[in-house]
Amino acid sequence: MDLLDLFLQQLINGLSLGSLYALIAVGYTVVYGIVQLINFAHGEIFMIGAFGAYATWMLMGQPTDWNAPMSILVLLPVLIIGGVAASVTVALLTERYAYRPLRNAPRLAPLISAIGVSVFLQEAVRLFYGEIPGFPTAKSAIPFPSIPGISGSAFQFGGVTVQMTAVFTVGALAVCTVFLWFFVNRTKTGRAMIATSQDPDTARLMGINVDKVIMAAFAVGAALAAIAGVAHGLRYSNIDFRMGFLAGLKAFTAAVLGGIGNINGAVVGGLVLGVVEAMATTFIPGQFGSAAWKDVWAFVLLILVLVFRPQGLLGAKVVDRA
Amino acid sequence: MTQVATGGHHVDSGTLLLQASNVTMRFGGLTAVNDVSLNVHAGEIFGLIGPNGAGKTTFFNCLTGLYKPTSGEVRFAGEVLPPQPRLVVRAGMARTFQNIRLFHNMTAIENVMVGMYGRTKTNAIDAIFRLPRHRREELASTERARELLDFVGLVGASDMLSRNLPYGDQRRLEIARALATDPKLLLLDEPTAGMNPQETRQAEELIFKIRDLGLAVLVIEHDMRFIFNLCDRVACLVRGAVLVEGPGNVVQNDPRVIEAYIGTPPEELPEAGPAPEQPAANPGEGNADA
Repeated sequence: MDLLDLFLQQLINGLSLGSLYALIAVGYTVVYGIVQLINFAHGEIFMIGAFGAYATWMLMGQPTDWNAPMSILVLLPVLIIGGVAASVTVALLTERYAYRPLRNAPRLAPLISAIGVSVFLQEAVRLFYGEIPGFPTAKSAIPFPSIPGISGSAFQFGGVTVQMTAVFTVGALAVCTVFLWFFVNRTKTGRAMIATSQDPDTARLMGINVDKVIMAAFAVGAALAAIAGVAHGLRYSNIDFRMGFLAGLKAFTAAVLGGIGNINGAVVGGLVLGVVEAMATTFIPGQFGSAAWKDVWAFVLLILVLVFRPQGLLGAKVVDRA
Repeated sequence: MTQVATGGHHVDSGTLLLQASNVTMRFGGLTAVNDVSLNVHAGEIFGLIGPNGAGKTTFFNCLTGLYKPTSGEVRFAGEVLPPQPRLVVRAGMARTFQNIRLFHNMTAIENVMVGMYGRTKTNAIDAIFRLPRHRREELASTERARELLDFVGLVGASDMLSRNLPYGDQRRLEIARALATDPKLLLLDEPTAGMNPQETRQAEELIFKIRDLGLAVLVIEHDMRFIFNLCDRVACLVRGAVLVEGPGNVVQNDPRVIEAYIGTPPEELPEAGPAPEQPAANPGEGNADA
């Protein structure tokens, strides 16, 4: 394999991994932009999305013999809808009962509450998922249903192998980004979100229901995280109650990298982070380029950006307030 | 008994619109607003004057639900207002701010369209799937926003970011945004602060134009010439309480008002409390009775 092919291969791998990070990162950034809260439970919302999709598959009677077109056109969308429903529900409940009562508390309080929610959700899935009649225990990894035509399929493009799961992940990010752009810039709720993020009190005085806007932000973030959860399940073929921790941390890194509060920044940050990880494991020589070091390089990148460009790659300059 | 007309702007002038009764706002030991009662009628321009720190803006915040008054009651068109800004807006009261509070990173027209938020009915589902209702409303909103920009004299500025607008234009944009909520009463907090005489004159014309649409206007100002030119009735607030209330020319010549402004030492001030009522300038309705 020549060097160019290797580079292209790692670029594809990086973009696919990065799309996963980006889908999750949007949730951090949208919520932060509106309530200035780092929702540390967001990684778990992603995990709930994957488990919600799995539960949907169980409730459908574990179909395994569907042909490829039917799986892609029917089964996959149904799983996604199930995952989105689960994670949006959990995110809204979290907002209502763990964050809203603390809205006027010092900023540290909701942050601690978020960490509590994160542990709570992990443990709840670990302990109770297997208690649902017919469900496997979630104390260790569960094999995620495979979608014929996507799971395990790949095609060759020159000297580069493209996994169908990568196509799905990158495609999902592209579609979500377009929808999100449209939602934020062209709808009343989106405009209300921008207004609330700039000045919540004035937004209230314009008749905006700020509670609803905050719920919309949590719901949008959760929906994208659930799609990422399904993509993760397809990519790694199994899901696990701990999967939200590292993915959440990476996505948070991506959000900060791109400039937290900035939606485009989250997308760019996620893609950059994924590509850097993929490249580092290939082009850094010796043991420092081994897979064990990829998380190190991801966080080294974060530190470098924070030192030299603290507002993030696409972040606005901080001195915006008079 | 006053008949309160509902629906639409063209309320008979003279009907009671805003009725603040014994509004008191305390912050710890500080009484910022002390037992203030005011009535504003439909189609009226009412001025609120008073030295710095007299509690004018705090009183505005009590009216618009940003503060919950310690005691007292605010009625609007006969209904008690809940202390929640978005419900106050829905009831028909909109305001501007002493320090301009536009959404700085939005264009002028977007600012105005945010003001219409509570008055349109489409939801996110309509919008994402581009249902006809959404398109129709979006089109109507854009057109209405342009009309409002035109009305306040900002025709060419609709696509400029609001933070890049000249100062006087930002003030006018705030008024357009407030008008977009479709209010019956507009509250203006020092609309001419920092303006030159020409801009002040334009602001005056704009406020008259707004009144001619059938809206009532309650305006806080320091510029005496501006306020007495403009207002049908004026109340002077000193240390949180109404010192004098009445027609402009009466308030203007009241020795207590002059004293309050020139700054007689506090012990020589007349007792600050509800002043004896001046005869009402408006037909049909009596004055605030404390």
